[in-house]
Amino acid sequence: MPAGAVLRKASSLGSAWGECVGLSFDLLINALIAGILLGGFYTAVTIGVSISFGILDIVNIAHPAFIILGSYIAYIININFGVDPIVISIVMLPAFYLLGAGIYQIYYEAFERRGQESLRGLSFFFGLLFVTEVTLILVFGVDYRYVEASYIGPSWRIGVMDFPLRMLVPCVAALALFAALQLFLSRTFIGRAISAVAQDQLALRLMAASPTRIKRIAFGISIATTAVAGALLIIIQPVEPSVGREYIGRVFAICVFGGLGSLPGTVIGAMLLGIVESLTATFYGPSWAPAVAFGVLLLTLAFRPAGLLGR
Amino acid sequence: MALLEVTGLSKRFGGFVALDGIDLSVLEGERVGLIGPNGSGKSTLVNCICGTLANETGSVRFDGQPMDGLLTHERTRRGMARSFQLPRPFVTLTVADNLRVPLLYTVNARAGSSLKSADIHTRCAELLQLVGLAEKAAKLPRDLTQVEMRKLELARAMAAEPKLLIADESMAGLSQSEVDDIVALLIRLNERGITIVLIEHIMRAVMRFSQRLVVLVSGRKIADGLPDAVIRDAEVEKAYLGQ
Amino acid sequence: MRNFVFLLVCVAVAIVVFFAARMLHNDYIFFAGYTVLQFIVLATAWNILGGYTGYVNFGSAAFFAMGAYATVFFHKLYPQPIPVLIVIGGIVSGIVGFGMGYLTLRLRGAFFAIATLALAVVLQTFVVNWDYVGGSRGAYIIRPNENALVGPYIQYLFVLMLALVVIALVCARVIERSQLGYGFATIRDDELAAEACGVPTLRLKLIATTLSGALMGMAGAPFPYYIGYLQPSSAFGLEYAVNSIAMPMIGGTTSWVGPLIGAILLGSLQQIATVTISSAVNLLIVGLLLIAFVIVAPNGIVGLVQDTLRPRAK
Repeated sequence: MPAGAVLRKASSLGSAWGECVGLSFDLLINALIAGILLGGFYTAVTIGVSISFGILDIVNIAHPAFIILGSYIAYIININFGVDPIVISIVMLPAFYLLGAGIYQIYYEAFERRGQESLRGLSFFFGLLFVTEVTLILVFGVDYRYVEASYIGPSWRIGVMDFPLRMLVPCVAALALFAALQLFLSRTFIGRAISAVAQDQLALRLMAASPTRIKRIAFGISIATTAVAGALLIIIQPVEPSVGREYIGRVFAICVFGGLGSLPGTVIGAMLLGIVESLTATFYGPSWAPAVAFGVLLLTLAFRPAGLLGR
Repeated sequence: MALLEVTGLSKRFGGFVALDGIDLSVLEGERVGLIGPNGSGKSTLVNCICGTLANETGSVRFDGQPMDGLLTHERTRRGMARSFQLPRPFVTLTVADNLRVPLLYTVNARAGSSLKSADIHTRCAELLQLVGLAEKAAKLPRDLTQVEMRKLELARAMAAEPKLLIADESMAGLSQSEVDDIVALLIRLNERGITIVLIEHIMRAVMRFSQRLVVLVSGRKIADGLPDAVIRDAEVEKAYLGQ
Repeated sequence: MRNFVFLLVCVAVAIVVFFAARMLHNDYIFFAGYTVLQFIVLATAWNILGGYTGYVNFGSAAFFAMGAYATVFFHKLYPQPIPVLIVIGGIVSGIVGFGMGYLTLRLRGAFFAIATLALAVVLQTFVVNWDYVGGSRGAYIIRPNENALVGPYIQYLFVLMLALVVIALVCARVIERSQLGYGFATIRDDELAAEACGVPTLRLKLIATTLSGALMGMAGAPFPYYIGYLQPSSAFGLEYAVNSIAMPMIGGTTSWVGPLIGAILLGSLQQIATVTISSAVNLLIVGLLLIAFVIVAPNGIVGLVQDTLRPRAK
């Protein structure tokens, strides 16, 4: 096949160049690939926050906790019934949507209506994050859990390039999720209303759409995405309750870096972060990886808060 | 001598041009009225002059000094005060304490000033008396009516003892006699030496108050002159009054 | 009550507390009491930033841990008496607070809050990778048995923490009643209007962040001596972040009384619960209480008491 032959030729040329330069080309190219695949997955993790923070201006720092919840649900059903995690997550979408809608309703009644979002709202979500994590510890303990699926294990090899399926499948699924949401937001009435609700509530009201209802739907969708992100997470790596906290920084780093409210910005930000993290882990050791995302976040907030493609 | 000199001021929000090359100068002691349809950029102009928003092009000079890069609180300390279109009181402070803030942080922060707490208390009481809020001194803003909140908003701007006071739609919702009271109050302040820019929709107040009238439409200044002449200007009629 | 009188009252109460505890002839009181006192300092420190100015800090653990790790660092390099370490811890965490504030306080409160979370993780990662202070393996601090002045070492630590409580409470009260306190309140209520009234909001926020961080660092400095074996996971533990927020929010954020009440109530509850139930369950209860209070009683216990004593006039 011409494409495969070209890739093999290119990779052997690359190896030769790498030997000349004294750099391990294999290591570099595989770190890059891992980074891109990771970036794809990070898109799934962040897309919900793009909606809740970017569009609705709600700082839901409990988002990663719901992702971990999704991971554990995928885990129980997978271990007991052998169903594929991604299938489980799709089945769970309505439940997570309702959970999100319910939480928004509480948030709205307790905080938004009284105009006290900042301090109280943040504390509310922090409380949710905390309660979720501790409950999971109580129920499941702190051992790492993982799922079983046919694509966890094997990889595709092309030349020196290694595409682990346990990362490739989630990456593809994540990008599919992104594409579906992007279509929804730009083509359907409700989707466009959601995009609009950030900018012009009055116009929305004039169109006989209730902004509260639109926001509730949007937040519900935001939490629904965590069901999928959770299943993808536990495919990629074993999960235990405190893993969520690493993702808080990643998620907001990507959102802020890519530009709030811009879904395409989220993909770019996710890819870049995935690549930087992967390179750091490969060449400096994995214990530095969590600091990368948070470091990026701090730097972005300090120097260019509008992000790359921000409004 | 121009107290406020705005030259070529522009402000965009993303792709939307809110202000397009505004030139405005206000002489010391003048009473200027600023009118324009909703969304014409009046509040944006105020925000840029006071430093709440950063303008993309153009400059603001106040009292002979360039204001570029100065934070809002520094501009206030130099003598610029503004009231907000939608009142923004400090909700956990009493009415009297709301006035105490500019006295402590603006008046007392100016070089050579050393107000004692008794002086501050007196000035608070005077200001409350002036706007008719003396009985509500110990109340919280949430216990005030809409009209009283507007008066508090204006009193708070006055408490900063400004050289230039920009009053942004302070009279919405007031009855005719209340409007007249506020206009009289502003004219009295002006006689004491405070330059005032009045942004309003209530034409009666604007015409009675202004020595000069400026009209803003869609981010551009389309008229600037004597009130009687300006309201007869064809473009102004078409763009604003004719609707 | 004038501030100086308040200081004297606090010192008097502290002395009474100490001698009352001694009369119980049970060292456990000192161990448990130390933790509660530590939380009073953390809650009060958090409230200076969170309650007074409205900027939420999720990374209290980072400031606390920086104080603790400064102690470990000096213990290995050039041992100092604890009061000196407390000052050092305060300086280190104060600088961290100032630096972080300088980077992020020009942005909205929500961004500041997220940045504090980020900071906590970044600092924890650095400490985990820093072998001189033990890294992820942890560091042992041998605690002396006795202190010349006070007697058993744990009582000495207890006295130090009492002193910090007095300092924190007096600080909070002095600020509350001063011009600075007005400034903080205006930032919390409406930052734009505050600027328009001449309040230098950035400068005040930096003062709050630095002071809050410094107090937390001071609370963390004696911790290695208290616990004997310091690991990043315990110094940066989640219970510090949650409790520093929950205690003021439940007690009441508008005055120095709230964090004190919240810390004593929740702190004692947790000490009892940890012994009778598990520590995970007790953290769960704290989390649920936080959510409940934030929704139902936004002004905390102090607010509830005020509302019952003074019905809303209309």
